Amino acid sequence: MGPHALLGEVVTAIRAGDETMKTTIRVMLTAVLLLATAASARAQVDISGTWAQRPYTDSLGYNPGNGPTPVDFTGMPLNESGLARALALSYDTQIASDDRRCVPYTVAYMLQGPQGVRIWTENDPRTGEVVSWNFGFGGVLSPLKVWMDGRPHPSKYAPHTSTGFTTGKWENDILTTYTTHLVAGSIRRNGAPHSDEATMTLQLVRHGDLLIVSGRFDDPIYLDGPYHLARVYQQTGGAPPPAFAAPCSGGSEGVPEGTVRHHLPGENPFANELTKRYNLPMKAVLGGRESMYPEYRKTLKDTYVPPDKCNTPNLRAGIVACGGPGTYAPLPRERP
Amino acid sequence: MRSSTRLTILAMPVLLAGVWCVGIGAQGQGRGAASPQTAQATAAFDITGYWTAVITQDWRLRMVMPPRGDYMGFPMTAEAKKVADAWDPAKDEAAGEQCKGYGAAGLMRLPTRLHVTWQDGNTLRMDADFGTQTRVFHFGEWKSPGGPPTWQGDSVATWAPRRPLAAPSSPKARGLKVVTTNMRPSYLRRNGVPYSAQATLTEYFDVFSEPDADMMIVTTIVEDPVYLYNPLIVASHFKKEPNGAKWDPTPCSAKW
Repeated sequence: MGPHALLGEVVTAIRAGDETMKTTIRVMLTAVLLLATAASARAQVDISGTWAQRPYTDSLGYNPGNGPTPVDFTGMPLNESGLARALALSYDTQIASDDRRCVPYTVAYMLQGPQGVRIWTENDPRTGEVVSWNFGFGGVLSPLKVWMDGRPHPSKYAPHTSTGFTTGKWENDILTTYTTHLVAGSIRRNGAPHSDEATMTLQLVRHGDLLIVSGRFDDPIYLDGPYHLARVYQQTGGAPPPAFAAPCSGGSEGVPEGTVRHHLPGENPFANELTKRYNLPMKAVLGGRESMYPEYRKTLKDTYVPPDKCNTPNLRAGIVACGGPGTYAPLPRERP
Repeated sequence: MRSSTRLTILAMPVLLAGVWCVGIGAQGQGRGAASPQTAQATAAFDITGYWTAVITQDWRLRMVMPPRGDYMGFPMTAEAKKVADAWDPAKDEAAGEQCKGYGAAGLMRLPTRLHVTWQDGNTLRMDADFGTQTRVFHFGEWKSPGGPPTWQGDSVATWAPRRPLAAPSSPKARGLKVVTTNMRPSYLRRNGVPYSAQATLTEYFDVFSEPDADMMIVTTIVEDPVYLYNPLIVASHFKKEPNGAKWDPTPCSAKW
């Protein structure tokens, strides 16, 4: 008996008012619904809640109060175009311009900034199924919305936005998300660029009260290969993340509207900063795909001599730029 | 045969299949207690093979020897700073302690390749070519034989759910959890940032597929009541390589 014939028998039996048949169908439908719900619930991990960042993975990117050095592209697979654009950008003055201060803050900023994250779902009111996971980060204009209902990504001609368009799926309790349709922004907190053709892939893994986010950027315009970043968050039990900042905040430095501060080729005044402070060869400061792997050390062995001591100046009062006791807020000894 | 009876008979396989599916899920939760299968046989994913560190964050603190006094990234105590400020690489080498910067708690942050193999069904071996270190992860009821602490310590491993604590999960949805103790006092960073003999290292190893290669993310948690005022929690990327062509064992060095 095929499915159409079976369906035909069901309809016939219902029309005939067969009570035994109706009861059988009710039991079957209930069982199928329960099984489907159980399978769906089992396929997703609860990552909702409020999470604080543990900022030690990317301590130079986080660097409390300061962010990274203006020209520090170490370990980045920037291609020639990416590097040219990165060196031309005057990041600090751009984010201090009234009309450009939000430019760097696409959802890519969630893998760069010091902020925590608030995560919640939106559910189908009829079935309860998760329609989207939503990630609210301070500093980003609007949350990252990850569609879980199987909808396709829009046409390549659809508008690009600072949040882009993201879909996700669970596999082996890892949530993988894929973002397209971003406007151009930055992938390091000193303005290293991504183009509007960049994509962002995240893997989110939960272990107890920790949420580990592995990120990958691909960009055919500015990158020579994938660029991986990681962030670790810890559940804070409901209190808002301490670094939950206002969206793309900054202070105006009086840059006239319509002016885009920049550096002409070869004139970036910060280009030699890491070389002067840390003896790093300029080639290493500018990154490149090969610089991400251990064998790159061989190219440095004859040229790199560690400086005698950390000599990063304190850019703001009260900030210990070389780290040390008191750099990070103390946490309760007992983890939740 | 009445149509209702026939429908019931036809529906039974559907219901039984559903019950079987639920059973499979539950089976994974209790597998350890019910079955003597080895850790290798119940592995959630294949972690064996060659892996290379992918260093894109904190590059100048990880790829090369950082300068004395560069402590960014550590919630270190005043006592730890005192010890780190006294770091003397020449003294470490003279004392035969040139591997002090390659201990278990700092090893995954270094520019290294890893070679992972099953030593036996319940023992996973992880070799690092940077400093030629070997870590051994013991599954099951393994007990430390005791003895003096070592650079790589005593490691106990389990396949751990990727979920909130104690939540059930299916057998494939697990990461490798490794807890290491009995570590010889060593450095979290090669420029002398210390961890003590009281430190505990907890790690999660998770593997996922990307279009060009498998990736592994290693989450490292160091708790040290002597030298850290917060747990140090960091995540590090490794990329799978097709073979050992780039495997390059190099001895420990306190200076380079």
